[in-house]
Amino acid sequence: MPTPRVKIPASAAKGEVFEVKTTIDHDMESGQRKDKDGKPIPRKIINRFVCTYNGKEVFSADWAAAISANPYLSFFLTATESGTIEMKWHEDGGQVFAASQAITVN
Amino acid sequence: MRTTTSGVSRRTVLAGLGAGAAAMAVAPRVALADKAATDEAIAKILGGVKAQDGKVKIQLPQIAENGNTVPFTVSVDSPMTEASYVKAIHVVAEGNPSPQVASFTFTPTGKATVSMRMRLGKTQDVRAVALMSDGTAWEARQEVKVTIGGCGG
Repeated sequence: MPTPRVKIPASAAKGEVFEVKTTIDHDMESGQRKDKDGKPIPRKIINRFVCTYNGKEVFSADWAAAISANPYLSFFLTATESGTIEMKWHEDGGQVFAASQAITVN
Repeated sequence: MRTTTSGVSRRTVLAGLGAGAAAMAVAPRVALADKAATDEAIAKILGGVKAQDGKVKIQLPQIAENGNTVPFTVSVDSPMTEASYVKAIHVVAEGNPSPQVASFTFTPTGKATVSMRMRLGKTQDVRAVALMSDGTAWEARQEVKVTIGGCGG
């Protein structure tokens, strides 16, 4: 079971731009590799990432097989109000991994 | 005196064979994306808009010893307000088995900077295209020399 890790400041001033850093343990199997019998290993990657801030979608990403294993991502948001920042990673085949963190805006 | 009856000298034949063998040796196992295929992929993403040079900055190592994890940062000069913001950034690699790397969708928040790590199969140009809220598109590119490719297998 991949474990997402998220780094967001616990609090921020209203209007402040802060960085969101995330990683998730995942092989990101590209579909290009072959096993020791020469058979192709089927593709299994996280193909989509979505970030919501108090339920509103603020950032998303679509990933191809060219993204490295254990995908690391950094992006920026503006602190508008206290609440929850939620992240979801969508894997090939439909499985979804999630993480969330509270932020206090003052 | 020896003559070649066919009009083809021994040297030409050998050179031809050699070139053929060399071509076989370097023929890729998989069809690689090239500049034309990448241009096509970008044109499809932009849907008729022509990307201009500028506004976009792509940061990559000039030499990547390990093609499995090549860090990249794309940033776009934009205020990220309702009136003017970056809608999307698309990252494509010209020499990978398929050009798509990642597409990022933004809203008017934070700043238009995103960092990740990508796989690169060989030395190639990496391109970033930004689509703005006013409908314009901007592009930047950088070559990365790859020592060990990251598509292995």
